[in-house]
Amino acid sequence: MSNTAKAFENGKAFIPFITCGDPDLETTKLVVKEAVRAGADLIELGIPFSDPTAEGPVIQAASERALKGGVTTDKIFAMVEELRKEVTIPLTFMTYANVVFSYGAERFISHCKEVGIDGLVLPDIPFEEKEEFLPYTKKYGVDLVSLIAPTSEDRISMIASEAEGYIYIVSSLGVTGVRSKITTDIASLTSQVKAASHVPCAIGFGISTPEQAKAMAQYADGVIVGSAIVKIIAEYGKDAPSHVYEYIKSMKDAIR
Amino acid sequence: MTNPNGRFGIHGGQYMPETLMNAVIELEEAYNHYKNDPEFNKELTELFNNYAGRPSLLYYAEKMTKDLGGAKVYLKREDLNHTGSHKINNVLGQALLAKKMGKTRLIAETGAGQHGVATATAAALLDMECVVFMGEEDTKRQALNVYRMRLLGATVIPVKNGTATLKDAVSEAMREWTSRISDTHYCLGSVMGPHPFPTIVRDFQAVISKEIKQQMMEAEGKLPDVVMACCGGGSNAIGSFYHFIEDKSVRLIGCEAAGRGIDTFETAATINTGRVGIFHGMKSYFCQDEFGQIAPVYSISAGLDYPGIGPEHAYLHDIGRAEYVPVTDEEAVNAFEYLSRTEGIIPAIESAHAVAHALKIVPGMSKDQTVVITISGRGDKDCAAIARYRGEDINE
Repeated sequence: MSNTAKAFENGKAFIPFITCGDPDLETTKLVVKEAVRAGADLIELGIPFSDPTAEGPVIQAASERALKGGVTTDKIFAMVEELRKEVTIPLTFMTYANVVFSYGAERFISHCKEVGIDGLVLPDIPFEEKEEFLPYTKKYGVDLVSLIAPTSEDRISMIASEAEGYIYIVSSLGVTGVRSKITTDIASLTSQVKAASHVPCAIGFGISTPEQAKAMAQYADGVIVGSAIVKIIAEYGKDAPSHVYEYIKSMKDAIR
Repeated sequence: MTNPNGRFGIHGGQYMPETLMNAVIELEEAYNHYKNDPEFNKELTELFNNYAGRPSLLYYAEKMTKDLGGAKVYLKREDLNHTGSHKINNVLGQALLAKKMGKTRLIAETGAGQHGVATATAAALLDMECVVFMGEEDTKRQALNVYRMRLLGATVIPVKNGTATLKDAVSEAMREWTSRISDTHYCLGSVMGPHPFPTIVRDFQAVISKEIKQQMMEAEGKLPDVVMACCGGGSNAIGSFYHFIEDKSVRLIGCEAAGRGIDTFETAATINTGRVGIFHGMKSYFCQDEFGQIAPVYSISAGLDYPGIGPEHAYLHDIGRAEYVPVTDEEAVNAFEYLSRTEGIIPAIESAHAVAHALKIVPGMSKDQTVVITISGRGDKDCAAIARYRGEDINE
């Protein structure tokens, strides 16, 4: 079993997303530790990209702040290396293809392995383009996480049958961000995914309240929350870690 | 030249969110069907000839030729098309295709506003809804075009993210498409983005080189020695090059916007200063920093102010079939003024980049040679900005 799949061993998994370097990497480290203490089962660490086309305004703004603050891929690798002295839960990177490609795919992915990154989530790498990185993720034992969307339809079984680690189910059309209502037929989407795959699935995009998390966890093995957490960090800055702790605790409690 | 996954050498591809994959697959299937459909082609030719004003003139620039004292200069007058630029070729094709696919709404990005105006025009003609995303910076530089789009019934959304220019408008249009797919076609304005866009847009723009070839055979009885065009994303350039790619005797030159110079950070010359990357759905050359963050680019020309270049150009560069040369703001403005005074033709500041390079190479060529410069658009929209560049404030 891959490391990322271990996140799903303690009941329904809660998976927070955090933009690295917003407001600075010291705060990111503290937020990660608090998230673990609050019950996070896996953490998606966002490497900010200048033009995040799959993100809504909240994560776009966080990425911009982080890059303006001087965060780089190398500094994030160094931060993860530090974190790994204490944090044992699975960690993945969520970023965009060019961040990996321009670093050198093999160099980037071998660094992931060295510092203890267990998976990669790349929203602009669909099934058709995964060969770009798959030779290296396989070589170094890092999961290349597949995404499935409400529009995937006839593509679901193709994607799900080759998925590694866990499947990221995109709950809604559009970009990341808090939604008051998720209108997709999640029950049907998840059951199609589960029928075709051997790995757990987690739902993300638009989830922010414990009620939504609980509703989603009925169908999936885990819940991914990004913008709601990034928003707390934007609001509280360096004081965010304790607020993130409270929030994640309430979310994890809701899906236990 | 295109393999099934939309590759041009190593470039191209479909680096898109899963949410849009079925949409681009559906588009590819529809395009493959309609491109060979006689009825579709008849309708498109009808729109080209009786609405857009094709074929566009190939004009012998006699005064410019005499003045430069080298090769004979011909201008391919895309500026005479309806809406004032080559953009209408692609837009009529895509809008008609979208309509056949049952779409009722067009969204588009625009830089200088020419593609936005063309899309708004096609939407008005074909009774479709139209939303155009335009960098806020560009809405100020091209206020007249914003008004034209609104006049044509389109909604213009100023994009404030990032550098508030063309790349941010593309990103925002992609985000919008992700949220509303079933009734919406993303009418991409250049030979960029994920497959099949670079191929579709090229095919609709290839009418430019098809006509140049015929017109040159009529005028000179031989192929031109040089075909040149300005090149941002590269749609007028690929349209000008396409039917000459196999004619190895024809030199193909794309003129990139160097802004304040390729040795400065204020440039948009992608081939000259960028490296291979993955962005906006494609693998190609991009201006970027060492960690792959897309660089803020600069050019006086809003239409060339983009940090990437279409994948087919990247490939033509890799194999040495086409040359990509940098042209600065200053050189382009000089050429803008030169063509206005010499031939009485005010070119778009984008097209003036190609004219500027012609001013460098034509004098060194022999009198029995010929050069075709594509004038991709007309320059009315640029007059206020060029006046400002020269230190003169005029009201638009």
